[in-house]
Amino acid sequence: MRKTNNIILETAIKVLLFFIVLYSVYIFTAGHYYPGGGFIGGLMTAGAIVLLLITYDIKTVEKILPVNYRILTGIGLLFAIGTSAGSLFFDVPFLTHAFGDVQLPILGEVSLHTATLFDLGVYLVVVGVTMTIIQTIGEDE
Amino acid sequence: MTNLIILPILIPLITGAILIFLNQRITAQRVVSTISSICTIIAAWFIIQKVRTEGVQSLNVSSWDAPFGITLVSDMFSALLVLTTSIVAFFCLIYSFKSIGHEREKYYYYAVFNFLIVGVNGAFTTGDIFNLFVFFEVMLMSSYVLLVLGGTKIQLRESIKYLLVNVISSALFVIAVAYLYSVVGTLNMAHISSRINEISVNGMPGILTVIAVMFLIVFGLKGAIFPLYFWMPGSYYAPPAPVLALFGALLTKVGVYSITRTYTLFFYHDMDTFGLLSILAILSIVFGVIGAIAYWDMKNIIIYNIIVAVGVILYGVSVMNTASISGAVYYLVHDMIIKAALFLLIGVVISITGTSNLRKISGLINRYPGLGWTFFIAALALAGIPPLSGFVGKLLIVQGGFEGESFIGAFIILMSSLLVLFSVMKIFINGFWGKDRTYGVEEKAPVKRLLIAPVMLVVISALYGIGSESILPYISQAAETLLDPNIYINAVLKE
Repeated sequence: MRKTNNIILETAIKVLLFFIVLYSVYIFTAGHYYPGGGFIGGLMTAGAIVLLLITYDIKTVEKILPVNYRILTGIGLLFAIGTSAGSLFFDVPFLTHAFGDVQLPILGEVSLHTATLFDLGVYLVVVGVTMTIIQTIGEDE
Repeated sequence: MTNLIILPILIPLITGAILIFLNQRITAQRVVSTISSICTIIAAWFIIQKVRTEGVQSLNVSSWDAPFGITLVSDMFSALLVLTTSIVAFFCLIYSFKSIGHEREKYYYYAVFNFLIVGVNGAFTTGDIFNLFVFFEVMLMSSYVLLVLGGTKIQLRESIKYLLVNVISSALFVIAVAYLYSVVGTLNMAHISSRINEISVNGMPGILTVIAVMFLIVFGLKGAIFPLYFWMPGSYYAPPAPVLALFGALLTKVGVYSITRTYTLFFYHDMDTFGLLSILAILSIVFGVIGAIAYWDMKNIIIYNIIVAVGVILYGVSVMNTASISGAVYYLVHDMIIKAALFLLIGVVISITGTSNLRKISGLINRYPGLGWTFFIAALALAGIPPLSGFVGKLLIVQGGFEGESFIGAFIILMSSLLVLFSVMKIFINGFWGKDRTYGVEEKAPVKRLLIAPVMLVVISALYGIGSESILPYISQAAETLLDPNIYINAVLKE
């Protein structure tokens, strides 16, 4: 790949990356009651990593994030299937989720939902698949 | 157990996810896939028994009541197809062990294989028209991978065609579903049926006929009916034998199932669309037979026989009386088993000879009598010689045709049987009789190991024919549900 010397992007990304990832986590958790969720959050995280890929090159990014994205996809799938298949043990229809309000220290009253775990699976699958696709296309060049 | 009917979808799905981690460990992949495949067969068997004793089963996924959530429905028709799919998948899997090669196995062959079964079983089980689209996509995505995996030139070329055709038909599918939703305002199949029933007091509105034809185009593209089969002979020719067997036995049948389901459940008010279906079915038979006779390539001959079978089944559906529908259901199951067996047998022949061109092979029966006679029995079963399984299905369909006073179709089916027999006997006579030849590649082929799967499938097919007396109650229960949509509607909406 041609070595680019893009000083503005390289400087900006160091700050921007954290904002994008933070915002993607916010979007992911907001998906509980508001627009958002694992899919869109995952896409945003993948977007952040792609921005890294554009600024630096594949090898550098692999050094920063030594993740096998295919395995990540598998973990996400197992998470999503596992949380939905949990309903089998309680003999309620597949995908039925449980939720409840819990009193936590510092955070106060929080409503927790097993659907969030399912969404985490979706999040991991989306990041994994998007990055696998982009890496495969990138390696071809 | 509440979740019984989702198990044939869930087990392959979990297996597929686990296999992603095991992609470098081939033995582990084989063991896990085999276990999961057997579990799927057992689950499907229990579903059939439950449907037999307790009637149509439905499951409101995520505890959202029908018609608001997604519903899975298992009536006898879908349960039979799920069991057949699981059995066919099991044998294709066993066959893959010895033939597919380490390269493919390391590149997620078994994982994708399982995802394909998820899609097929899901499409058979779902009771929601949009969810049907989703499972179609799961199935198609997996089939793209299986088609292109290996990356030979012919595979890449045919994958592009296959992808284009299916992307277009998927787009049409969504458009058709959107039209249907704008007319009836629901996606639950039972609910759609009862709504259409309400608005069709004085005959079905014209817009629904348009939607019916759109569905026919969409599913016809997948199911390869005339004139939409143009993509199939090329695309199915490309992949290796076990993948070809899976495609030939399962994928087109999903299209046939969807046509049967939508036409018997939604559009039964308008006999004109059934007339169209019947004409297309008969033309499929005619053109399929012409193709099957014309080719000198074993793969092509059997691929064109798929088109014939699709025509025969859909003709049975279009006549729409008890005998013809029972025949269609019976023949559908028969055809899934026997097509898988034939494609696997051809795979064995190709592994011995290295070619599928009939002019280049002869005299195989001298050294491989087991292969020869298995092929002979499979060929007879395909053509419908009693007491093998093709006979009962065709008999019922032809009987239905005569009862429905649709003599031309019934006559063409009878004539086509002869020509189908001729086309497969051509393979037998040219490929197995005659002078023995050497081919240079045969020392490597583990023929005996490879033969296990197709022989078992032929045995199952023969038992299915001989034991048809004890299977018919299941078939007629399936036909009963297809002919009376109220059974289906009541089971889902629990009115």
